[in-house]
Amino acid sequence: MALLSKKDANLIKDPLADNNPITIQVLGICSALAITAELKASVVMAISVLFVLGVGNVVISLLRNIIPAKIRIIVQLVVVAALVIIVDQVLKAFAYDLSKTLSVFIGLIITNCIIMGRFEAFALGNGPWKSFLDGIGNALGYGVILVIVGFFRELLGSGTLFGMKVLGDPIAKTGLYSIGYENNGFMIIPPAALIVVGIIIWVQRSRNRALIEEA
Amino acid sequence: MAINTEKNSYTVVFAVLMVVVVGSLLAFVASGLKPMITENQRFEKQQNILYAMGVNDNEGDSDVSFVPTTEVEEAFSKYITQQLVVNGTEASEKDNAYLIEVQKELVKVKNGEEGELPLLVGEKDGEKYYIIPMYGKGLWDAIWGYISVDNNMVVKGVFFDHAGETPGLGANINQRFFMDDFKGESIMDGNTYEGIAVAKGNNDPLNNDKDDNQVDALAGATITGNGVTAMIKESLKLYKPYLQTLRTN
Repeated sequence: MALLSKKDANLIKDPLADNNPITIQVLGICSALAITAELKASVVMAISVLFVLGVGNVVISLLRNIIPAKIRIIVQLVVVAALVIIVDQVLKAFAYDLSKTLSVFIGLIITNCIIMGRFEAFALGNGPWKSFLDGIGNALGYGVILVIVGFFRELLGSGTLFGMKVLGDPIAKTGLYSIGYENNGFMIIPPAALIVVGIIIWVQRSRNRALIEEA
Repeated sequence: MAINTEKNSYTVVFAVLMVVVVGSLLAFVASGLKPMITENQRFEKQQNILYAMGVNDNEGDSDVSFVPTTEVEEAFSKYITQQLVVNGTEASEKDNAYLIEVQKELVKVKNGEEGELPLLVGEKDGEKYYIIPMYGKGLWDAIWGYISVDNNMVVKGVFFDHAGETPGLGANINQRFFMDDFKGESIMDGNTYEGIAVAKGNNDPLNNDKDDNQVDALAGATITGNGVTAMIKESLKLYKPYLQTLRTN
């Protein structure tokens, strides 16, 4: 990429693979389990976090030299919370339908440990541009996993993708269902997400053995 | 920069400034946007009420689309013929009864205090719809909705919504495959008031049996389903004396 130096590009690329916030750092698992029963919810959540983490990282980075170390966690919380509330209010006023879809995610964003983690680990020690890239990178890394998990859970659990019946109609017995295929109800409950995430971690580590921690 | 960020006095000043700045920013944003938000919520109520009486823009068999915001005011005054407040077996007209906050009134009436229970009468293709607002709790947060019945307490349509049920599970109470199941069910079992239960294992996933006071539950959303059952039962119970007077058979 000519736009970014190699170092900057790595800020985006690393969290997508070898330093993924979910599969390697095991952060943000809670929301990954809660909202991935549908692909649409996964995508919406990924975009919301992308926005909050990108902007939040820049704000924290700009303030990094004047934030008192003793209360830095509280300052970080205030920044996330204020950002999220403003976004929520603006959406309610100008894009009411969208805000209804997002409502449940707003609270989840504030508590997402990836956000606090990146503020603490990166934005407090780096300039705004680097922090912005780091925020975008981590949010994308988080989003990718969310979308993968959402894809498999919705496809196997409900036989749909984005609400569209891709495998046929389970009640009228068309498509795959006509030859005896059944939806797996287990996939739509949260433990299934844990298993899918586990499989992703397994695949990733067997492809890149350097990621396996020493016992 | 030569500020000593370790000093206690600096920490306190920073905290105070931060609270003042963020607080006023949020207050400014909230009060500036409030009129637009209230208006949006009013339109949403109208859309939901109309949806419960079958006035909507649905296409296909899984789409939930309301009357567009720009036309909802007009449609609302066209279809809703009477706005009532119910008290025991009596009902009196009240302007904008649909804006009454049902949540508070239900609690008041349950506690034996004076309260205003709104009931809307709609008319479509010569048929009458009695639309009753409902309010209850799901797994995580509030759930609410509107149910429309005819003179004989057969459900003509419902609309449910929720503040924060689990996406993909409880959140599906606002989807067609759940809401449409209620149509044709009766809230009476013979002459006794029964409500409609969201039941697991009622062996009727297609909901062909319309006399069992049951609809098929959502998999993985037991608590939300029980919440819907309780909401219907508890909300309609308060309207029972008035609804009895409407029955023609």
